[in-house]
Amino acid sequence: MSQGKPGAAKARPLSPHLQVWRWHITMWGSILNRATGVALYVGALILAGWAVTLASGQDAYIAYTGMLGTPLGLLVMLGLTFSLYYHLAAGVRHLFWDAGKGFDPKLADLTGVAAIGFALVATLATWAIAFMTGAL
Amino acid sequence: MSDFRTPLSRARGLGSAKHGVSTWLFERVSSITLVPIVLWAVFSGLKLASADYQAARVWMQSPVNAVLTLLLIIVGIWHMHVGLRVVIEDYISKPLSRAALLLLNMFVCGLGGALAVFSILKVALSVGGLDGGAL
Repeated sequence: MSQGKPGAAKARPLSPHLQVWRWHITMWGSILNRATGVALYVGALILAGWAVTLASGQDAYIAYTGMLGTPLGLLVMLGLTFSLYYHLAAGVRHLFWDAGKGFDPKLADLTGVAAIGFALVATLATWAIAFMTGAL
Repeated sequence: MSDFRTPLSRARGLGSAKHGVSTWLFERVSSITLVPIVLWAVFSGLKLASADYQAARVWMQSPVNAVLTLLLIIVGIWHMHVGLRVVIEDYISKPLSRAALLLLNMFVCGLGGALAVFSILKVALSVGGLDGGAL
């Protein structure tokens, strides 16, 4: 305990945090849900920018979609595709929890793996379709 | 002076904010709404990815496409405003930083949403594949 100035914060015990837990699947699921949500925040602003350039004229639109088509732009779009599918699956998982179902640890682990698996497979499928339809 | 206050007056106004239920409900209702809209958006994104400027404008002039894109933007941005607000409240404890970030979240969502809605309406209510105003 520091005997510093009066009013200085004492070192209170903290609740257990990331570093003291063994990493497990439901923890990954929860963190990923929040991270992909924040990523989709950026994605929504990219979508808003797309709408603005569509209304602004051909030159702006071509410049904007050209930017999305660069390797960096495609990487961002790939990450957003995964984020969208994962956040979607995790959201549905949360809706079942809200209904009081799926809390059994084994089932919760299973749906966590299923959500990540679904997001990976759906992302690959979407990009395969994009590749086949000539979008890439 | 507070000694003159009754115990009841001290207790009043403490505790929960008393309107958390509507936020909780909105999170769920917007989630359910976004499931079909987002799946439609992926399908549409795939179509638009291989379309040029004229085709994209004509696509947006279909009433169904325009309205679903508007719903995607409005419900989506509202959902993400509520979501990021919770993230800020969880991690930022300094009152001034927290207030600044909460305001920024509101401004970004408000501006982004308003720009997108206006732009979608402008294209949807115009005629043909070329922008008449681009002279």
